[in-house]
Amino acid sequence: MDSTDHAKRAEAEQRTIVINQGVLSKNDLLARSNRTLFKSKNLLTMNIVSSPGSGKTAFIERTLTDLKGRLRGGVVVGDLATDNDAKRIARSGAPAIQITTGDTCHLDAEMVAEATAKLDLDALDVLIIENVGNLVCPSGYDLGEDLRVVMLSTTEGEDKPLKYPTMFKTADVVILNKMDIAEVLGFDRDTAWSNIHRLTPQALIFEVSARTGLGMETWYQFLEQRLALANQP
Amino acid sequence: MHEISVMQSAIEIAIESAKAQNATQIHRINMRIGALAGVVPDSLEFAFPIVCQGTMAEGATLEIEYVPALCRCSSCASEFEPKDFFYECPNCKALTVDLLHGKELDLAFLEVS
Ligand SMILES: Nc1nc2c(ncn2[C@@H]2O[C@H](COP(=O)(O)OP(=O)(O)O)[C@@H](O)[C@H]2O)c(=O)[nH]1
Ligand SMILES: [Mg+2]
Ligand SMILES: [Zn+2]
Repeated sequence: MDSTDHAKRAEAEQRTIVINQGVLSKNDLLARSNRTLFKSKNLLTMNIVSSPGSGKTAFIERTLTDLKGRLRGGVVVGDLATDNDAKRIARSGAPAIQITTGDTCHLDAEMVAEATAKLDLDALDVLIIENVGNLVCPSGYDLGEDLRVVMLSTTEGEDKPLKYPTMFKTADVVILNKMDIAEVLGFDRDTAWSNIHRLTPQALIFEVSARTGLGMETWYQFLEQRLALANQP
Repeated sequence: MHEISVMQSAIEIAIESAKAQNATQIHRINMRIGALAGVVPDSLEFAFPIVCQGTMAEGATLEIEYVPALCRCSSCASEFEPKDFFYECPNCKALTVDLLHGKELDLAFLEVS
C-alpha cells in the first residue's frame, strides 16, 4: 500500500472533531475589544433595547438635549431601513451615526466598532447605542456596553417582561417610559415593578416620560454618578 | 429571525475547523443550546439546511443537546433548577441571578471525513 492509498482511506474515514466553542465567540471577542477601547476613553456606554415604538429615540433625544452642558453624549443608532432616528437625534446637537442593518434584527459588536470609528470618542462622556427595535434577537449580542438598558412603555402592558424574560434578565437598568399616560391606560404599576424585579432583581428601575420629562432628572443623576465611577482611576 | 445568523456563525466555525483538519465533508454537527440562550431550537433546525446549502456541510445532520437552566442561590448557595423564569431559591426563597447553566450556545463537535 503506497502513501496515496493510505491518504485516500484516511480521507474517507469519518472522524470526530471536538470544538466546544461558543457560536457567538467571535462577537464576544470583538465586544471585549470595544469595551477595552471605550474604557480607555473613560466612556460610559449603554445599549438600549426595546420593542419598536417604546420611545428609545425620544428618550435619547430628551436625555442629550437636557444634559447639554452637563455631559457630552454621542449616539449610534441601528435601524432596519431608514436614517430618521439619527436625524431626530442630531437635532439635539449630539453626533449620531446611523447603522442601517437591512434584514438583520440586531446590532453586533462589529457594526458598533465600525460606527464608533466615525465618532470622536475623546470628545464624549457617554456613548448611547440604540439597538434595533426587537426584544428577542439582540439579547445574546454583547456590544461592549457598560449598561444594558431595557425599555418598556406603559402602552405595552405590565406583563410584557414575562413574555420576553431572556432579554429582561440581561438588564442592568429598566426604563418604564410613557408614564405620562399610565393612568389613562390603567397601567398596573405594582404588577409591572414586581414582574421586573422578580425577573431581574439586580436591575434599577426608572419611571419616566420622554415626552413630558417626568422622572428624567433621577435618570440624569444616576448617569452622572456612574460616569464619576467610570472616571475613577 | 436571528437564528439564521446564529446558524451562519456556527457553520462558519464548523467549516473553518473542518478545513484546518483537512476534512472535505461535514456529516454531523452537534450543538449545545441552553434554555436561556435566546434561540428557538426549532428555528435553528429550520435555518440549518438553508445555511449549509452549497458548502461542505450540505446534507449534514444537526443534533441539538438541550441544556436546562441551573441556578446557584446567591444567599444560601444551594443549586436548583428553576421552575420558571423567576429564579426563586426553593430553600430560602431568595431571588437569584447566578446561572451555572442555561446560557450555552455552543458548537460541541463535528463528524467529518
Ligand atoms: N405619550 C408618550 N409618548 C411617547 C413617549 N416617548 C415616546 N413617545 C412616542 O412614541 C412613539 C415612538 O417613539 P420613538 O422614540 O420613535 O420609539 P422607538 O422606536 O423606541 O425609538 C412616538 O410617537 C413618540 O412620540 C412618552 O414618554 N410619552
Ligand atoms: Mg428609534
Ligand atoms: Zn437560597
